[in-house]
Amino acid sequence: MYELSASLALAGDLIAAGDARLAGIVLLSLKVSLGATLVSCVLGMPLGALLAVGRFAGRRSLIVLFNGLMGLPPVVVGLLVYLLLSRAGPLGQFGLLFTPTAMVVAQIVLITPIIAALTRQVIEDEWREFREQLRSLGASRVRAARTLLWNGRFSLTTSALAGFGRAIAEVGAVMIVGGNIDGVTRVMTTTIALETSKGDLPLALALGAILIGVVLAINALAYAFRQWAERRWG
Amino acid sequence: MRIPSMLRPALLAAAALFAVAAQAQERFITVASTTSTEQSGLFGHLLPAFEKASGIKVRVVALGTGQALDMARRGDADVVFVHDKVAEEKFVAEGYGVKRQEVMYNDFILIGPKADPAKAAGKDILAGLRKIEAAKAPFVSRGDKSGTHAAELRYWKAAGVDLDAKKGPWYRDTGSGMGPALNTASSMNAYILADRGTWLNFKNRGELGIVVEGDTRLFNQYGVILVNPAKHAHVKQADGQKFIDWVVSADGQKAIADYKIGGEQLFFPNAAK
Repeated sequence: MYELSASLALAGDLIAAGDARLAGIVLLSLKVSLGATLVSCVLGMPLGALLAVGRFAGRRSLIVLFNGLMGLPPVVVGLLVYLLLSRAGPLGQFGLLFTPTAMVVAQIVLITPIIAALTRQVIEDEWREFREQLRSLGASRVRAARTLLWNGRFSLTTSALAGFGRAIAEVGAVMIVGGNIDGVTRVMTTTIALETSKGDLPLALALGAILIGVVLAINALAYAFRQWAERRWG
Repeated sequence: MRIPSMLRPALLAAAALFAVAAQAQERFITVASTTSTEQSGLFGHLLPAFEKASGIKVRVVALGTGQALDMARRGDADVVFVHDKVAEEKFVAEGYGVKRQEVMYNDFILIGPKADPAKAAGKDILAGLRKIEAAKAPFVSRGDKSGTHAAELRYWKAAGVDLDAKKGPWYRDTGSGMGPALNTASSMNAYILADRGTWLNFKNRGELGIVVEGDTRLFNQYGVILVNPAKHAHVKQADGQKFIDWVVSADGQKAIADYKIGGEQLFFPNAAK
């Protein structure tokens, strides 16, 4: 496995050199995927909580739907968002195709179901535990959902991280709606795909190692923050 | 109190979107081009020179020629810069493009194992392909409606090989870009038709080398077309035209000729004077 050690050495060199272009690509990756995760949490978590505590027609079908949508193929999401944002598409007049915003939108579509489905699981378990208590306090279901979301906030970081992990790792959707434009929409995964295309496998692998490092660092930060917050407020 | 607290998440979501959208309010055009121009490194050399001369940024989306033309048909590009004369002329005839101008050429080369098991080496692309088919030697096709794919199909036809009848396990239709197809050929030790630019910039060569080159039929012409503003009103006509005027100008043509890898010139400017 000569390539592997060469790639790791190359990854080290790239980081040590502090290349501005590489830094820009890493930053854009983080910006797009963290932005998408934030929006998806805002959309997906209340949705998941309502699915957990709500009682309405079609709830079961919705649960199955969201569980299923966790397996959405990124390429398909990319194509759908492409057709929506294309000049010939219904949202064409905004000129969003091939911008970071388009990439955020695609990733939101991709990970909101993941965050909603995982949130539903967490809240459902809590609901079982606190149901009687909340009822005796006379809380409405919406009120209960909000309380449980706040109560489960530490467990929900894992849902958010699962969504983030999917967003930053996918290449199919951002390649199509972003176009992998140098300096504008080129992110880590599309760079890796491009360098693989050029046959520069060691560089591609080195970039992959850096991407994994970045994702690990984000997870470590989230974990440390959760520990700290739990001690302080838990 | 209740309504604002319900609106808060939506506002937060909107703010996050705008934060990402706020960047890049610069002057730019979008060019739909081919993987061969991008992956050969030509644009990395050419575009900074144009940006310096004009102050216009060029955003390149690199696809196969067929896909690039489709993207322009949908109105998602201002200019197309591709290499499939037949498809380009059709694009203009349909009214999607204003006018096709020739910019430069490079050539296709037949790549294959250095040991050349099919004995395809020589200066005749058609004879080479016939030998590959006769030997049923592994051959990798782009299969993606790109300019290179279109050229490959033309050569098979001219060689008198009816692919539909002769296609077997030896002919691998990969449906991928030039680089990925070369990666596949490299790992399978197969023959493949490639453009010289991508080949020169390609690093994962393995046991592959050039088998056929120098046949005049391997000539590969690139053209540039402004997307018709009559079809898509938002096309940046003035800036797009500036880009076209520049690539066919003396300065642009010289910049193309100046691009070399390892001392070898990749593209030969031939715009009409």
